[in-house]
Amino acid sequence: MASELPGGLQRFINGILPENPVYRQVLAMCPTLAVTNTIAGAVTMAGATAFVLICANVVTAALRRLLQPHLRILVFTVTISAFVTIADRMLAAFMPAMSQKLGPYVPLIIVNCMIICRCEVCASKQGVAVAAADALGQSLGFLAALLSISIVREILAFGSIFQGWAGANGEGLRVLPKSFPNWNLMALPPGAFFTLGILLGLANWCVAAREKRKTAS
Amino acid sequence: MNTLATDLTVSSIILLILSTALINNFVLHYFVGICPFIGVSRRIDTALGMGMAVTFVMTIAAILTKTITYFITGNANVDGGAPGLLTGTDLSFLNYTVYILVIAGAVQFVEMYLRKFFPALYSAFGVYLPLITTNCAILFVCLMIMMKGTGFVETIAYAVAGGLGFTIAISIMAGIREELDHADIPEPLKGAGITLIVAGILALAFMGFTGIGQ
Repeated sequence: MASELPGGLQRFINGILPENPVYRQVLAMCPTLAVTNTIAGAVTMAGATAFVLICANVVTAALRRLLQPHLRILVFTVTISAFVTIADRMLAAFMPAMSQKLGPYVPLIIVNCMIICRCEVCASKQGVAVAAADALGQSLGFLAALLSISIVREILAFGSIFQGWAGANGEGLRVLPKSFPNWNLMALPPGAFFTLGILLGLANWCVAAREKRKTAS
Repeated sequence: MNTLATDLTVSSIILLILSTALINNFVLHYFVGICPFIGVSRRIDTALGMGMAVTFVMTIAAILTKTITYFITGNANVDGGAPGLLTGTDLSFLNYTVYILVIAGAVQFVEMYLRKFFPALYSAFGVYLPLITTNCAILFVCLMIMMKGTGFVETIAYAVAGGLGFTIAISIMAGIREELDHADIPEPLKGAGITLIVAGILALAFMGFTGIGQ
């Protein structure tokens, strides 16, 4: 049975694009939509999620022989919530402004289906090293997805990138001409839905086009 | 302050319900509960069943977690921090773990209770109940109540109104998707893509409610 499951390297590569959590599996929708109005928020969120995912995956993999089938989801959830508490406390201590901005979305990592999915699919069946590689790949895929959405939204909404990180007063680097009016809608909830919907469509279109070329040749 | 009752007027409660259900709609403003919104909302009757089940569990979970926070673990988010009334210690670092366990337990108990005493209700939304444990809207309500430090009556009003808003959003979405089945949608946008774009338009429409609160 174990030999049929993909190895560590394969898991790592799969997580980034072929099984990208956001674009291919359509998981973890709430953080994807909620925190992507600035790049800084998106990267912090992806970092916190990566920390929780890697730790939870490793712990679950280490415990996998002790897991009882009917209790496993509960064990995953409690493991995840312990690491989420750590991540939340760290953010509140070292990045108070960002912690305030992300608000309830950091504790909501507990119910992020992407993490439970990785614990279930990979960590409860394979060893610690494979689980760590898998978690790393998925986290990178998640980071890439959040970045792609937040770059589009931040540029269209404010005409600049890296708000809060670069520039004189943290107003970011201007990339669009000054004459471009701020498209505030993009920073608001509807902008999140539109951007993700269209990017999801684009990703599907790319995959379909590649499949077509493969079958044609 | 970790209070059970704050200054309450009927109008403030009505305002709270309106702003929670319509202006700050859980799905369209806070993006929680998106998974059932995309996955389940295909027919209006199933959407209504899901919405009712969520409202029901949400209210019970909010009351339970509020009680536990108030009496046992304490709340670090209100100014100065408030220790639990009975323990006298600040155990608020346990809150997230306690909340998720309470929600999981509450869902199990509600399921058993309904099956035993309200079989009709159970068959109406029994299938949706296990799904609700991982519905982020439930945990979100508990967290918001903790972060805002609301009183007990407001807690109930907030949870019921939040569930109501969820039901409204998911039912409207189901109605639109029933029609979308007959529409000519570009191939790559089928499924989640078009749902998200429609949700964006809905969110835009719900932004029109923003003036109500003033």
